[in-house]
Amino acid sequence: MRILNLLKVAYRSLNRNKLRSFLTMLGIIIGVASVIAMLAIGEGSNQNIKASVASLGTNSIMIFPGANFSGGVRQGASTTQTIKLEDVDAIATRCDLVNHVSPVDQKRVQAIFGSQNWGTTILGVRNDYLTIRSLTIAKGSGFTLSDDHAAAKVCVVGVTVVLNLFGDENADPVGQMIRINNIPVKITGVLTKMGQNTFGQDQDDIILAPFSTVQKRMMSSSVYVNSILASGISEDQISDAVDEISSLLREKHKLAPSDDNDFTVRTQSDISNIFGTISKVMTILLASIAGISLLVGGIGIMNIMLVSVTERTREIGIRMAIGAKGRDVLIQFMIESIVISFVGGIIGIALGISISELVAKFASWPVVITLSSILLSFVFSASIGLFFGWYPARKAAALNPIDALRYE
Amino acid sequence: MADSENLITVKDLTKTYRTGDIEVRALSAVSLTINKGEFVAIMGASGSGKSTFMNILGCLDSPTSGEYLMEGVDILGRNKNELAELRNNKLGFIFQSFNILPRTSAQENVELPLLYNNKVAAKERKEKAFNALKSVGLADRINSMPNQLSGGQQQRVAIARALVNDPIIIMADEPTGNLDSRTSYEIMEIFQKLNDKGITIVMVTHEPDIAQFAKSNIVFKDGKIIANNPVKDRINATEELKKIKTLAEEKAST
Repeated sequence: MRILNLLKVAYRSLNRNKLRSFLTMLGIIIGVASVIAMLAIGEGSNQNIKASVASLGTNSIMIFPGANFSGGVRQGASTTQTIKLEDVDAIATRCDLVNHVSPVDQKRVQAIFGSQNWGTTILGVRNDYLTIRSLTIAKGSGFTLSDDHAAAKVCVVGVTVVLNLFGDENADPVGQMIRINNIPVKITGVLTKMGQNTFGQDQDDIILAPFSTVQKRMMSSSVYVNSILASGISEDQISDAVDEISSLLREKHKLAPSDDNDFTVRTQSDISNIFGTISKVMTILLASIAGISLLVGGIGIMNIMLVSVTERTREIGIRMAIGAKGRDVLIQFMIESIVISFVGGIIGIALGISISELVAKFASWPVVITLSSILLSFVFSASIGLFFGWYPARKAAALNPIDALRYE
Repeated sequence: MADSENLITVKDLTKTYRTGDIEVRALSAVSLTINKGEFVAIMGASGSGKSTFMNILGCLDSPTSGEYLMEGVDILGRNKNELAELRNNKLGFIFQSFNILPRTSAQENVELPLLYNNKVAAKERKEKAFNALKSVGLADRINSMPNQLSGGQQQRVAIARALVNDPIIIMADEPTGNLDSRTSYEIMEIFQKLNDKGITIVMVTHEPDIAQFAKSNIVFKDGKIIANNPVKDRINATEELKKIKTLAEEKAST
């Protein structure tokens, strides 16, 4: 009965002061909405970075010649040549946790078509390379195993190469002969456009050719291999796969147990770790943005609540003079604050989500709205709203009615 | 008055305000008895302590020392909630500045004390509020907002609000202070009618002509009662208003 009456009192009070109620809500709306939108945009960029790292292939393994440490001095990978083609075959046949493996020979070359001349990189690889890197052929076809055995003069080119040799990205160069370091090579296919990678590198400025073609016709050594690209059967067992490869290569290279590896095995997760650091910086940045937004929003809510309750001290005096108890006044103000905080919070959540969606739509910026940002901003704003609705009301209710009535 | 009984008894009521080092004695040892059915006008210059006295009688303020009995029951020992209930059930307040809630209809303003009274059911509320407004002549303005009402009408809403819980005493602090004399007389007419029904009225005023409507006058000076006299030539507000009306009509016809 009593609570019902107070609900009625609170409802009437909110209803007859629509503008004041709305303005008070506005503090909470803006506080909640800004935190949600800010965090959604920030979290979106964060996940975008993570996704582009993952696109490099999450379970690929790279094997380079050379040790990380040699006599206490760190050696750069690939400074020596220790990996042979037979190592690749051994990995392919003997490592159960590896499902694809390809040798990789890499060389800067000059490609010529007619009067066009373009400096690019040729990679001598096997078909597994395309699988591991998730590369697909847009036009024409790739090369076959027999091409590799025959060291056939065929290649697959990226669209940047097509653009620079044929003048148009969309030109169809399949079947055309180009000269790579003065060796005539036939184009059998064009790779699907990939664009820039995370580092801003053009991934389409590339020519792929069968491994033996590159090794035998363009490289100085026909025994050693620049590097090996492999992929584990699953992401979870990637470190086991690395161990398997390492022990196999140690055995093949006849290393004594006291010797250091004469090769380096890296996985995509090592690279991911580097990005983990970037991501951590992003997270700290986001946390500070959220913190500042909450603080500013909180101060806004606090001010509006304090002012609106304080200016109602006289009203509190009137209510007490006609028989309201301190408790009645407090309950009334709590109900009002709860309604304002919750309605404001819900509108704020809706607004925050809409802003994020608008940013996603018109600025083509990835946004990710997290539940935690919604909860954080809502709980924080609502509790500030409640506290600063309650605290000044409690102060006013503790006054003598006559002092509250005379309050200016 | 033979059948009278003591409604309010105060003894040695003292109130001191402290502002920094200066101690102001608003009331010094005031003793007074008000009987049931009285209509008391409290007079005095500003700063004489009449408003402070009134606020203490109305349980809006507490004295520094003294004794206060209402219907023989000690008031000063009660806690805030008990005092609030007392104000709600037994007292009706009327202020100089009306103190009705803005942007709130006359009806809802009058209902307000009932919302703080557990004994009144929701159904009764509307009817009681309407009857109170009707008794002050505002039956046709129940949905009006304060800014649509004249000063006199606003004060009548305040009176209706004071009446709605059937109080035994009405406390009025300068009820006519913001009103012109004709409207003041109308308010006094309502007061006299209420008093005739048996409601005790205590009214603070500084206007001697308004005080003439009461049954007795108390005069304050420097926190003390210096006079307490029954009114000799008591004015009847209804007759006075008739006179004003005929005067106005005569003026209009000439």
